[in-house]
Amino acid sequence: MTLPIFYILAMLSVFCALMVVVARKPVHSVLYLIACFFTIAGHYLMLNAQFLFAVHIIVYAGAIMVLFLFVIMLLNLNLESEPRKSVIARVAAVSTAGLLFLVLLAAVKSAEPVILDTSASGVGLVRHVGLKLYNEYMMPFEVSALLFLTAMVGAVKLGRKEATHS
Amino acid sequence: MHYLCDALPWGIFMDSGELIFKMVFVVAIFGISLLVAMYSTYAERKVAAFLQDRIGPNRAGPFGILQPLADGVKMFMKEEIIPAKSDKALFILGPCIMMLTACMTGVVIPWGESLVINGREYELLITDVNVGLLYVFGVVSIGVYGIMIGGWASNNKYSLLGSLRASAQMVSYELAMGLSIIALVMAAGTLSVREIVEQQAGLQWNAFYQPLGCLLFIICAFAECNRTPFDLAECETELVGGYHTEYSSMKLGFYLFAEYIAMFISSAIIAALYFGGYNFPFIDSLGLSHNVQTILGVLIFFAKTSFFIFLFMWVRWTIPRFRYDQLMNLGWKVLIPVAIINVLVTGIVILWRNDLF
Amino acid sequence: MSTPADYLPIAMMFVVASGFVLFTIFVTHLLGPRRKTEVKLEPFECGIESQENARMPFSIKYFLVAILFVLFDVEIIFMYPWAVNFKDMGMFGFVEMLIFLSLFLVGFTYIIRRGALKWE
Repeated sequence: MTLPIFYILAMLSVFCALMVVVARKPVHSVLYLIACFFTIAGHYLMLNAQFLFAVHIIVYAGAIMVLFLFVIMLLNLNLESEPRKSVIARVAAVSTAGLLFLVLLAAVKSAEPVILDTSASGVGLVRHVGLKLYNEYMMPFEVSALLFLTAMVGAVKLGRKEATHS
Repeated sequence: MHYLCDALPWGIFMDSGELIFKMVFVVAIFGISLLVAMYSTYAERKVAAFLQDRIGPNRAGPFGILQPLADGVKMFMKEEIIPAKSDKALFILGPCIMMLTACMTGVVIPWGESLVINGREYELLITDVNVGLLYVFGVVSIGVYGIMIGGWASNNKYSLLGSLRASAQMVSYELAMGLSIIALVMAAGTLSVREIVEQQAGLQWNAFYQPLGCLLFIICAFAECNRTPFDLAECETELVGGYHTEYSSMKLGFYLFAEYIAMFISSAIIAALYFGGYNFPFIDSLGLSHNVQTILGVLIFFAKTSFFIFLFMWVRWTIPRFRYDQLMNLGWKVLIPVAIINVLVTGIVILWRNDLF
Repeated sequence: MSTPADYLPIAMMFVVASGFVLFTIFVTHLLGPRRKTEVKLEPFECGIESQENARMPFSIKYFLVAILFVLFDVEIIFMYPWAVNFKDMGMFGFVEMLIFLSLFLVGFTYIIRRGALKWE
């Protein structure tokens, strides 16, 4: 029962990811990316990582992509104004991405599949994630607060600079 | 690859009896949501009429009771206009997302305890997920896209401005909403909506323990539903129809209808999280059989929900609209700090009461 | 114990809701009259002839709100697993979150002081 679900989800993920690249309008790309995030959230769910599933939807699909959509709507994107890339840039982009793909493929091929029954232990549930995060990983958690602080300062600086320009 | 996938944990699938019950229940809840939303439109017009000393709809059927049906038929029969310069696919997608997210929020709400039929117990909720509140939060955060996409795809300046305002407002109030729930989760120790409702047995309603959190949540629910005083997205004096200026026929219907479904579901969530859900005082002292008690609980839950739907309407026809800067200031500079203070105070009180200092 | 099977009814609801939405959109498409004219399909601008199109730049403020929303949202998500475990962790967890929140509040006051959220 789980195998067909996995394959359907995986096919959808790959399809959406491809459409992100292929779609002609930037807004369509963003929407395909959102759909792609949903399918990936589905994969998390299959692994019983329920907290990660919810966070993936709230943070990636619900927050970061809102920002992306805002940016794309903010930029004056008419179809005509889209810059044409030169042939060299295209060749370079395709070859780098292709090499990266080969590396990833090699990594996956040599990987040992681990069978972990996550449903019995409840590793992915909120309570367990919280206990780990706030005991073992206390320091990274507090440091992340510093990271957020710098990000906030950066965002405000950036916004003000842009505002004075225009 | 094969054995890797077989190890994906699914636990035990539900047996066929429960599966059929769930299917029927899902369709029933969906139908009830639509019905309640339909009659909310009627109720809204009647409440408005009452508050403004008018009669309200009274032509279609006795007391105008068939008015929502007439409106529905009208929506179906109207010409659908898709502006020539719009992005056609997204223009249709916008209202669909709005409608879908409005319907999807309600699945974690427990409508009643359980019914015993032929010796088998059927719980009156669609599902109880471990991350229930986060699920609600997630679906609400997806709702923004319905407005953003619809407004952008219309290729109309009013729509664009309306959708920008609405989406900035919705994301701002989403933060305050998320923070206001945290204090509740601290007290409850779970994210499952069913468990939160069960903890409120009798008269131990969270509204009494979390008055500030409750108020914050209700305010944010108003803002998330784009209801007055937070309906700047469609403020007709400035932006014509806001993000749905270009919409017509059933696509407009979806936008309007989704608002009423969202209102119903929000009312149900407020009632479940803060006002005891299907619990009411002295439920056990009545000496009723289990099934009767459950049905009574469901009725009580619907009564509470109806009260909050009425509150939504009451506020709409009483309070004027905010100005945009006031709205953003309220969201960012008042609600978020107050919610954080609420979290801290809740923390101190819980520590003090459990002697954890 | 909570398993992914709990989400099956959510999938059912999704199928029912999207089925309804698609069906309704399709039926209204068939039922409604079609009398399209060029003027009718223009973007509505209160009867004045429409100027350019609506793909125009807008205030940086919205952009800033979106960035800050992402940051705050992640911080709030961090608080959920903490809140669930709050009673078990007691004082230790509270102090931990106090440090996290104080850094958050420093950022928040900075944002407000610099007038990043000021709307004219």
